[in-house]
Amino acid sequence: MNHGTTGARRTYIAVYAALVALTIVTVSVSYVDLGMMNVVVALLIASAKASLVALFFMHLKGENRLVWGFALVPILFLLLIIFGTLVDTQLR
Amino acid sequence: MSSPHAEHGDPAVAFETAKLGIWTFLATEVLLFGALFTAYAVYRAKFPALFQAEHLKLDRVLGTVNTVVLITSSLTVVLGVDAVRKGKTRLLQAYYGATVLLGGVFLCVKYVEWTAEFSHGVFPGTNIFFSLYFVMTGLHGLHVFLGMCVLAYVVLLARKGRLSENYTTPVEMSGLYWHFVDLVWIYLLPLLYLIG
Repeated sequence: MNHGTTGARRTYIAVYAALVALTIVTVSVSYVDLGMMNVVVALLIASAKASLVALFFMHLKGENRLVWGFALVPILFLLLIIFGTLVDTQLR
Repeated sequence: MSSPHAEHGDPAVAFETAKLGIWTFLATEVLLFGALFTAYAVYRAKFPALFQAEHLKLDRVLGTVNTVVLITSSLTVVLGVDAVRKGKTRLLQAYYGATVLLGGVFLCVKYVEWTAEFSHGVFPGTNIFFSLYFVMTGLHGLHVFLGMCVLAYVVLLARKGRLSENYTTPVEMSGLYWHFVDLVWIYLLPLLYLIG
């Protein structure tokens, strides 16, 4: 239970500004036709935003390895499920 | 207090335990939404042209507005957590109250979108893109609604004087849940509105 400070508040507001900026960027890019790159860019920006939320708003940054494990293992499984299902349905 | 189970009464241990509990719950939530994301990936790979054409029928501006609303609500949550850690429970009530209101705004915008889609003759059964759109945004909207109920309950706890800098668990755990709901939307915006 680390206690917050004014520094923490400043960090939260900076993260918020970054999240709004990234939202504006991803929506603007969606109006430009980049072919398959549109998907790549959109998912990269979404993942950057998700990382910011998890690291700072959910305080993963200051967590121990056990909590990191609890947070990352399900994502690993999700990627495995999506990848495995796609391989099966695409190559059948 | 020299019994082998003495640590169970330790508030710091209780806090860590609750945190692992909520992260475990979030793991099940990842897989719940994950099934839908998997279905999305499979059908998008199968019908790229349909997804490309249909996603243009969604209101990109309203989707963006709602994204900013939800991101703002995540900020008010984390500021509420910061407030209670300093023992400022009145400030916590203001921030969590604001979050509940922002959740309400989000659902109202979603209602406007769904109503417009219905009036244009677009329904969950129209095609696979809209089946996924309505199920994913519907399940997400349900999570927003449940989150609003939980956060309102935390405000009630604070009003009753049950929370302080020494007992922040309900605030922190409900906050983690709310951020997760925000995380899901962060992926729904590009997948449904931007790249179809």
